[in-house]
Amino acid sequence: MTVHSLYLFDRNGICLHYSEWNRKKQAGISKEEEFKLMYGMLFSIRSFVSKMSPLDMKEGFLSFQTSKYKLHYYETPTGLKVVMNTDLGVGNIRDVLHQIYSYIYVEYVVKNPLCNLNEPIQSELFRSKLDTFVRSLPFFSARAG
Amino acid sequence: MARQGSRGGAESKKMSSELFTLTYGALVTQLCKDYENDEDVNKQLDKMGYNIGVRLIEDFLARSNVGRCHDFRETADVIAKVAFKMYLGITPSITNWSPAGDEFSLILENNPLVDFVELPDNHSSLIYSNLLCGVLRGALEMVQMAVDVKFVQDTLKGDGVTEIRMKFIRRIEDNLPAGEE
Repeated sequence: MTVHSLYLFDRNGICLHYSEWNRKKQAGISKEEEFKLMYGMLFSIRSFVSKMSPLDMKEGFLSFQTSKYKLHYYETPTGLKVVMNTDLGVGNIRDVLHQIYSYIYVEYVVKNPLCNLNEPIQSELFRSKLDTFVRSLPFFSARAG
Repeated sequence: MARQGSRGGAESKKMSSELFTLTYGALVTQLCKDYENDEDVNKQLDKMGYNIGVRLIEDFLARSNVGRCHDFRETADVIAKVAFKMYLGITPSITNWSPAGDEFSLILENNPLVDFVELPDNHSSLIYSNLLCGVLRGALEMVQMAVDVKFVQDTLKGDGVTEIRMKFIRRIEDNLPAGEE
C-alpha cells in the first residue's frame, strides 16, 4: 500500500498545500493548472453527488477509485478540503484525513498567527509535521501492504 | 509521533479563567486609553473578536467533531451547549425565538469576562464584552452563515441578566473561483 499525494484546498479553491510521495506519473501541466483542474473536478463532483443522490445525505462525496488509484476526500464545515491519493488497497481513511485537519492544519497553521489563512502555507513546521505524520501511516510504505 | 499535537492534553490543559478575564480587562482598559470614544472601542473589540472567531471555529470543529448544522436551532444548541461550555465553561440558555426561527437570545447568568468589572459612569456606551459578538459573527461566517450579533441586556449596565441577540441574515453560498470553467 502507498500514499501518492495530498492536496489541501481552502473554501475558495486556493491550493493551500501540495505534497507528493510516491507519484510515478506527472500530469504534464503546470502545478497551478493541475490544482485548478483538481479543484474544478472536486467542485463538480460535490454538486453532482448532491444532485444525483436519491436520499438526503450527511457526508456527501467520500472517495472514488480508478483501476490504479483511489482518491479520498474530506471536507470540514468551514470548507477546508483534504484530498489524498493512495493505491487501491487502502480502505476508509476518514479519521486519518480528519487527523490531518485537526492535529496538523489547525495546530500548526490556524494556531500560528503569522500564517495567513487563505493563501498557500509557507510554514516549514507545518510541512515537516505533515510529512512525518503521513510517513508514519500504516499504509504509507509500498511494502507494508 | 503521529498523534502528538497538544490535543491529547486538551482536558488537562484547562486553566483558571481568571488569567483570561484579567487579560481581557487589560485589553479593554488599553483600548479605552487609545480611543477617544466608546463607539470606537466597541468597534475594535468586535473586529478583534471577528479575527479570533475566524480561527477559533477551526479549533472548535477539530475538537468537537460537530458536523454541519442544518438549521438555526441546531446552531443555537451547538453554540450554547458545546462551544460556550468548551471555551468559557458556561452554558447560556436559549430563549426568545422569533416566530420565523431566525432569531434567538443567549442568556448568560454570569458572564466570565466581567468578573471583576465595574463600569464607570463615563463609559455608559461601552459594550464591555463586545469581543464575544465578533467571535460569534466570525466563527459563523466561516460556516457560511451571516449572522447579526449584539448585546441587548448587560448586567454591567444594571440589567438582571446578560442577553446576546443573534439574528440569522442569510446563507453564504460558495462559488466557483472566478476565471474558471
